[in-house]
Amino acid sequence: MHHPILKDFPLFWIPLLPLLGAFWNGTQGWWTQRRFGRAAVHLPAVILPAASTVVAIWGFLVLWFGDPGTVLHDSLWAWLDIPPLRAEVAFQMDRLSAVMALVVTFVGTLIHVYSTGYMKDDPAYWRFFAYLNLFLFAMLVLVLGDNLLLMFVGWEGVGLCSYLLISFWWRDREKAKAGMKAFVVNRIGDFGFTLGVFLLFFGLMTTPARPVPPADRPGSPDVAGHLEPLPPTSVTFREIEQLLQDPSRRDLLVQRKVLGLSLVTLVCLLLFVGATGKSAQIPLYVWLPDAMAGPTPVSALIHAATMVTAGVYLVARMHFLFSLSPGAMTVVASIGALTALFAASIGLFQHDIKKVLAYSTVSQLGFMFLAVGVGAWWVGIFHLMTHAFFKACLFLGSGSVILGCHHEQDMRRMGGLRRLMPITATTYLLATAAIAGFPFFSGFFSKDEILWKAFDSGNLLLPGGGVLLWGMAAVAAFGTSYYMFRSYYLTFSGSYRGAGDHGADVASGHDADHHAPDPHGTPAEGHHGSLPHESPVSMTAVLAVLAALAVIGGLVGLPHLWHLPNFFEAWLEPVFESSAPRIVSAGHGHGWEWALMAISVALAFGGFGLARWLYRDARNPLPERLARSPNRWVRGLHRVVYHKYYVDEAYDLTAVRGALWTSRAFAWWDVQVVDRLVIWVGAIGRLLGWIGGAMDRAFVDGAVEAVGEMISGAGNRVRRWHSGRIQAYVQGIALGAVALVVVAYLLAW
Amino acid sequence: MSVGLPHLMFLSAVLLALGLYTMVTRRNAVAILMGVELVLNAGLLNLVAFSRFGRGIDGQVFGVFGVVLAAAEAVVALAIVLQVFRAMRSVDASRADRMKE
Amino acid sequence: MDLTTNSLLLTWTVFTPAIGLAAILLLLALRPLARWPQVFLDQAARGIGVVTTVVATALGIALWAGFDGSTAALQFIHRTVWMRSWNIEYFVAVDGLSLSMVVLTVVVFLAGAVASLPWWGALDDHHPHFSKRHVPGYWVLFLLLETGVLGTFAAQDFFLFYVFWEVMLLPMYFLIGIWGAPPRRDPDGRVRGGPYAAIKFFLYTLAGSVLMLLAMIAIYYASGPGTLADGTATQHTFNLPLLARQAREGTFLRAAPILGLDFARVVFVGLFIGFAIKVPMFPFHTWLPDAHVDAPTPISVILAGILLKTGVYGLFRFNLQLFPGALDWASYAVGVLGVVNIVYGAFVCMAQKDLKKLIAYSSVSHMGFCLLGLAAGTPQAVNGAIFQMVGHGIVSPMLFLVAGVIYDRAHTRQIEAFGGLAHRMPEYAAVTGLAFMASLGLPGLAGFVGEVLVFLGSFAATDPLFRVLVSIGALSVIITAAYYLWTMQRMFLGPFNEAWAHLMDMNWRERITLYPLAVVTVVLGVWPVPVFRMLEGTVGTLIGGLGH
Repeated sequence: MHHPILKDFPLFWIPLLPLLGAFWNGTQGWWTQRRFGRAAVHLPAVILPAASTVVAIWGFLVLWFGDPGTVLHDSLWAWLDIPPLRAEVAFQMDRLSAVMALVVTFVGTLIHVYSTGYMKDDPAYWRFFAYLNLFLFAMLVLVLGDNLLLMFVGWEGVGLCSYLLISFWWRDREKAKAGMKAFVVNRIGDFGFTLGVFLLFFGLMTTPARPVPPADRPGSPDVAGHLEPLPPTSVTFREIEQLLQDPSRRDLLVQRKVLGLSLVTLVCLLLFVGATGKSAQIPLYVWLPDAMAGPTPVSALIHAATMVTAGVYLVARMHFLFSLSPGAMTVVASIGALTALFAASIGLFQHDIKKVLAYSTVSQLGFMFLAVGVGAWWVGIFHLMTHAFFKACLFLGSGSVILGCHHEQDMRRMGGLRRLMPITATTYLLATAAIAGFPFFSGFFSKDEILWKAFDSGNLLLPGGGVLLWGMAAVAAFGTSYYMFRSYYLTFSGSYRGAGDHGADVASGHDADHHAPDPHGTPAEGHHGSLPHESPVSMTAVLAVLAALAVIGGLVGLPHLWHLPNFFEAWLEPVFESSAPRIVSAGHGHGWEWALMAISVALAFGGFGLARWLYRDARNPLPERLARSPNRWVRGLHRVVYHKYYVDEAYDLTAVRGALWTSRAFAWWDVQVVDRLVIWVGAIGRLLGWIGGAMDRAFVDGAVEAVGEMISGAGNRVRRWHSGRIQAYVQGIALGAVALVVVAYLLAW
Repeated sequence: MSVGLPHLMFLSAVLLALGLYTMVTRRNAVAILMGVELVLNAGLLNLVAFSRFGRGIDGQVFGVFGVVLAAAEAVVALAIVLQVFRAMRSVDASRADRMKE
Repeated sequence: MDLTTNSLLLTWTVFTPAIGLAAILLLLALRPLARWPQVFLDQAARGIGVVTTVVATALGIALWAGFDGSTAALQFIHRTVWMRSWNIEYFVAVDGLSLSMVVLTVVVFLAGAVASLPWWGALDDHHPHFSKRHVPGYWVLFLLLETGVLGTFAAQDFFLFYVFWEVMLLPMYFLIGIWGAPPRRDPDGRVRGGPYAAIKFFLYTLAGSVLMLLAMIAIYYASGPGTLADGTATQHTFNLPLLARQAREGTFLRAAPILGLDFARVVFVGLFIGFAIKVPMFPFHTWLPDAHVDAPTPISVILAGILLKTGVYGLFRFNLQLFPGALDWASYAVGVLGVVNIVYGAFVCMAQKDLKKLIAYSSVSHMGFCLLGLAAGTPQAVNGAIFQMVGHGIVSPMLFLVAGVIYDRAHTRQIEAFGGLAHRMPEYAAVTGLAFMASLGLPGLAGFVGEVLVFLGSFAATDPLFRVLVSIGALSVIITAAYYLWTMQRMFLGPFNEAWAHLMDMNWRERITLYPLAVVTVVLGVWPVPVFRMLEGTVGTLIGGLGH
């Protein structure tokens, strides 16, 4: 597989521009905001991402007019360079990255614009935009990084920004905790991601290649990218893909067993663990609903449109690897379908408008994983893009509603807003139709294609192929349509139920003594205590743009069935060329495809109809009756689903408490056993010292003292002779003289 | 019978013994002083006797010096005794033990 | 190998602090003559101390600028006979490993010096802030410590190394004991505080030194003939490059067994325990939390930033360089102990209530990476381990400075006592956040590079055990994130605890220490290549003797 490489395109500007904005506002914003007002903050914060969008579009156009398969590459400096490991700070833009970069910069910029309205009364305005710009930077590093490790920088970077932004209103302990939860759960995924990278690196390193004759290497050396000698291993996407072109290496990687699995399967599964963390799939989805604690533009940008799709991007980016392992693909597809169904079922009964959207996001991400899991890479990315449009629109719409309702998030206290907020209502309705899969709306094309590809997949290692997964996804699609229209009707139809007690501190999850009075409640706006109102134009304009895209965005990927050109598939085809031969169809005919399309349209309308029947104008008493059903089982089921199957509680009981308990046990062990052992050793030393001291006193010192005693005793005795009486001295002298004479006499003799 | 050296030595020894006895037994400082004079003169007698029966007159010269010194010594000693008496109202030598230790 | 003197720059670097020390002593000696007031002496000592560390830093950077990393050869050699009767030389020189540590040392000491400047608060009337007590004495010991550490990293003569090693020990004892926390009775009834910690530290490290001394003597008598600087031929040698060459030629493999056990293995174990105490390695780590908690802030900074590295440096310089065969033999044990350090340390961190203790245990956890990298012995792992030393050497001083900031103000370090501090001290919260993120290994900051390289390199080691070890060790990324963020949340987020309404945000002294370190953290995270370039030639030679 050979791609012409253009090395002179300044890709680095795309992430750098938002980074500059983040740096400027992060370090200077606190005074520029005070000195020059909000514009000093949001002008750089919006213009720089917009400029980044322009560069991304420029890159896109270069690709558009270049050979299919052209790759823009911009190498800045070597980062981790210890042969054979070589990870550069280098960006690449192929057609896949281009789509991602466009979505990120474009939707990102729109949401920046929206935020100028949504956050305008927050004193920490500058901090918000600094974080938001930083997020764009990290996300762009993620999608543009040319190797796994640099991608990981972005991967963790977006995690950091997610943490910062979820805990943005950190005075509320619950919001601070939600941020922490998001980061830690993501780290569990990152644990898998890094191990996957390590295993891949190791696997490639230890499966030596046969020398490949030059003829096997396609491509001509006269294009800009010259053929470098392949290193034995790599973390760079392009190089790994090239390495795997060699069938012998591929086979070695597939045949080699680790822990009873083929090495490539294990790599894919580990990478997928990372993806489940970032993209909120079972079993690591629990952080995403809590992440709704962040400001709503954050939920739209990070937790719907961009960051959470990183896992899908990862799988698509590593398509050459995943396609080698039908087992891993089956797991990806199954987890995707399961998550789609599971999250949709939780979404059915939620009351918080943002929670509904959160579970819907989890569910839609499941659809994307289903797509990439069956090898329909382009479809996954297609749904990623359409989802970015309609889900961002929905979230921003909900933000507009929340702002209008003075920070009310509970749909039971809304209703009738269609009259009061017509633009928001219209855009929300259009986006809802898109996500529900109404024909000709964007979601219809992408979701329908997913369902069809799942049904028709020949790669899955499941009995009956993809039929089971299709069934799960179809039910999830029905549920999606139902709960999304439910949210629409609860919010916008009927009459306003929030009057009377809306206001100061009834808002769920909103702290009354918050320093940052969320954008409601400023007397300057003159709406305190009044009815909900339409949002400013900076917000509604963005809603309109996104709604338009939610409606028409799907037209780039029309079904083959209709014999119309599918631009999107054609666009991404060169990227996924190398794995295409390994993706097989089950061979269902056009008849099936028509039938499935009909079914999914029916499901979309079915969900719509049910929601309309139950919730339109809040007149149908059935939902209340269901929740209070006399039947124990119905009530119990409702409660279990309403409480999200108690998964959070289960995690708390096992993982969280387990970790805390382990840490306390280890700390106890450290102080009471290890350190005590040390103290005992010290005590033994002291005991030996005491014994030595005693010996010393008794014997060694005793001898010394005895000599001293003798001398002083003698002195005492002699002292008595010194009486002071002259006669005594004379006596002594005389006796001495006599003694001397006697002695002399004796000696002489 | 001529007087020889042994006789003189004997006399000197007797004087020494009497002097010592006086010094040890008497408590009056003046008496002790007299004992000292006896001991001193016993010594001088020896010097003169050795000189008479030996060579030269060195010993006799020493003897004359010794008499002079004895006079001076007696003066000093009596002055000390006088001072001791003034200080202590007594000339009992056994009580003048303040300088022991 | 050409080992003749070619530069005095290294000697100047090592002894620059000693010159400052001498200057302070001179002032003290002249005091009775000149009748200087105490204030003047204090200020002069501070001035001399800071100027000296700045000069040492400049010299260290100059060394780096003149260093050629592509070769493993020693550079900046200064060599002369010291004690002829024992064939001991004064022999200093640097290779990449030594130089990376020398540069780190001067930088961290500079930060420590600035952090030793007075903070005009007091714990209570009877216990003034450490920066105002016995000031000239403090700076004398501080500078002595710097010379000791620099000499340890620069010495290429085993005996000289040992001398510097002990020189390092003594000032640390007094710095912790005298300027540390006053003695107090803990709830468990034991008396703790500066003196207790100092004695524990001293005895523990001294025990390690004894083992090292024995090993050194054994190595000396097992060594082959050498040559002194003036060309005299000798029967044995302390010369490290020579010992390394003899090790490669198998001299120590042929040495007579000790008590029937293989010479190389016995000596390896002796050296290993000696150095492992300093690392500190589980289960010899319990001096660390005590010493850290009760040492004054700059001493904690130096302890974590530099002194721990001397242990790892010793492992690389002696255990790896002289006994690669024994390291192969012990690699399982070393690797397992490394991972125990990583995971155990992380878990113990999570249960800590004292901020400084938490940071101390995080050092235990992070130094485990160095052990794992050493055990794995692949180029990535060893580069990663050395980079981890550098990265941790920058990040852990930040953490201790951060802990010092709050302790100087609040006079407590209990995490639970705070809450919502970001309200009152936003700048401090931001800097703390950066330090925490760097320490938890956020990619793009210095902590990540070492960790990922150690893991990646160990994973690629030949032995499958290392893949298991990495898989377990990588769990620490989760635990580490959990305890740092939890700490962050309990101290800085949530409702503001009004008891701390009087706290001030960071002052300039703290900014001067923290911001440069923060910049270095980011730069090393995104552009670690200068460090790798420094190590390029050295690492290849270091791991050349390993069995894979």
